[in-house]
Amino acid sequence: MNRKLTVLSLAAGIAMAISATSAFAAKYDAGASDTEVKVGNIVPYSGPASAYGQIGKAISAYFKGVNANGGINGRQITIISLDDGYSPPKTVEQARKLVEQERVLFLAATLGTPTNSAIHAYMNKKKVPHLFVNTGAHKWGDPTGNPWTMGLQPDYQVEGKIYAAHILANNPNAKIAILYQNDDYGKDYVKGMEDGLGDKKGMIVAKASYETTDPTVSNQMATLKGSGADTFFNVTTPKWAAQAIKGAAELGWKPTHYLNSVSSSVGSVMVPAGAENGIGVISSNYFKDPADPAWANDAGFIAYKAWMEKNMPGENIAEGFFTSGYIHAAAIEKTIQQAGDDLTRKNIMKQAASLDFGNGMLLPGVKFKTSATDFFPIENKQLMRWNGKSWELFGDVLGPK
Amino acid sequence: MKLRIQYAIVLGVIAVILPWLLSDFRVFQLNLMLVYAIAILGLNLLTGYGGQISLGHGAFYAIGAYTAAVLMDKAAFSAYATLPIAALVCLVSGVLMGFPALRLSGHYLALATFALAMAVPQLLKYKGIEDYTGGVQGIVLDKPQPLFEFEFLGKALSEDRWMYYLVLIVTVLMFWLAHNLVNGRIGRAIVAIRDQPIAAGALGVNLTAVKTITFGVSAAYTGVAGALGAIAVSYVAPDSFHTFLSISFLVGAVVGGLGTIPGALFGAAFIQFVPNVADEISKSAPWAVYGAILLALVYVAPGGVMGMINKLKRGDSK
Repeated sequence: MNRKLTVLSLAAGIAMAISATSAFAAKYDAGASDTEVKVGNIVPYSGPASAYGQIGKAISAYFKGVNANGGINGRQITIISLDDGYSPPKTVEQARKLVEQERVLFLAATLGTPTNSAIHAYMNKKKVPHLFVNTGAHKWGDPTGNPWTMGLQPDYQVEGKIYAAHILANNPNAKIAILYQNDDYGKDYVKGMEDGLGDKKGMIVAKASYETTDPTVSNQMATLKGSGADTFFNVTTPKWAAQAIKGAAELGWKPTHYLNSVSSSVGSVMVPAGAENGIGVISSNYFKDPADPAWANDAGFIAYKAWMEKNMPGENIAEGFFTSGYIHAAAIEKTIQQAGDDLTRKNIMKQAASLDFGNGMLLPGVKFKTSATDFFPIENKQLMRWNGKSWELFGDVLGPK
Repeated sequence: MKLRIQYAIVLGVIAVILPWLLSDFRVFQLNLMLVYAIAILGLNLLTGYGGQISLGHGAFYAIGAYTAAVLMDKAAFSAYATLPIAALVCLVSGVLMGFPALRLSGHYLALATFALAMAVPQLLKYKGIEDYTGGVQGIVLDKPQPLFEFEFLGKALSEDRWMYYLVLIVTVLMFWLAHNLVNGRIGRAIVAIRDQPIAAGALGVNLTAVKTITFGVSAAYTGVAGALGAIAVSYVAPDSFHTFLSISFLVGAVVGGLGTIPGALFGAAFIQFVPNVADEISKSAPWAVYGAILLALVYVAPGGVMGMINKLKRGDSK
């Protein structure tokens, strides 16, 4: 009896000693130390997609601000942001440079679908977190197949499901026609719509696709109108989106029109399509458009504006790319904060997969939420309707949770 | 002559030992550099020796890359076996493209080849061949694994070092072939057509045949480079081959020195490393920095790096 007690107390003592050490000693993988956390980022600063370079600049500026305020848990954050010119072989080279040469703790907010596809296998083989990739493809949220990669924005399938839910709630007998770009992006949206309709999939009466090499989509539009559909799901990139909106008006076709958010830009779609032609078109968003005057007195926007003025003086406040950078940077900051002194790659991944927080530039009711089985941080969106001048948000925040 | 052999031996020893002195990442960069050197050498045969300007060699690079990728992905070919096939496919497409295109000369040929460079990335997205090419998503490849384990200077024979020796062997072979070609009968014919087409024709050189063959061989070189590049990067997608790639090859050929064989190595080093330097100098305008470096180089060394080296050599012997 006595002996049992001794063994027990000994075991308890050892257990306490172990827990004490793990509580006090910081744990580090490459890229982290008592004073610094190194994070890698790749965006196109040059080449055809260099407009996205603004996102990288915003992320760098964000952490300059964080460092000026003492960093995170007493550590300075070093963002090493490299240029890949939106060329996949260059992305591979830069990712290898960041992991093998600069020895960063993890990569975050790398931009583009083909570019991230090029390093997807490499990052998972190296077991280096590949977080908050800046693309809407569905494949980034695959915790079993690729446990080191995670997206951020609502993916295309989720958005398709949101429109499907809205159709089912408002017009359960709708006849739906779909125009989509014939690639993975377009098919992701169509799949989301079909999954969202479930056994009501038969509501889709017509589908037409186009290639990015097609000069116009007028034939497709005529076919879709001829199907007798009263609801139109427009899965197109800006040039064709504008054509489709204009085309529907010219054909005198007035379906309930759902436009994918990829093409909700005012300047490159709604105005070229003819602002009047688009009245009533429905799309969706998840963050506050900094160009929208409706947010002028919103606390989150005011904080963002102050951040812009302090960290990116002289830059255009209405530029949405900066907002994207701000939101991605907030997710990176939160992940490092939650990791505390356990700055191992494993723990970074674990923390990225246990996020639950909001951000001032996300729409009210939208937040980052992940779990070990859910690698889609933002899955909610709010619908908005074009009134001829601007987008008006309406209804509740929609989505899976 | 003896001195040259000594140089060659020293260079050879350095080339063999180099990957063991560098990290895997640097070896990977070196691999890309050698791959570009082969592509630039191919372009140099056409532009430097043949006097024909091509702005479309990125297209042949893409065809070579996709040939290797599709064979590995769909037909389970070993990486090594794809190289001769890529060469053959590009030789044939080069001849097919070259035959009509070479009836155009000078600027018109440049534009025709430029059209090819613009078209190929889009054609690769065509849905009829998507089952093979993977569409915009591209194809992810497996790297060839070292066939044996080996350690040297405390470093293991990694995938990248293994790849380095493959690339090095192919590079040496391609440079040796090019050297023999330009110093032989056909090489003299190619240069003669560049300098004096009428005289060359009068001497019995078949202008169209030689020009077409030059174009085909040049495309084959670039195709082999494309295949090696695809294997080294282990990923291909249409976005990997945008028009700028073709222009980069021309920049490399000019910077290295047109009409010189070793110049391709310097040109490759330029297009591989200078964009990285530019990116480190300025995030806002990396291409402005790149442009400034390029301008300075063209000004200082108008005949390319090899032109400058040859000038210095002549200066010494005076």
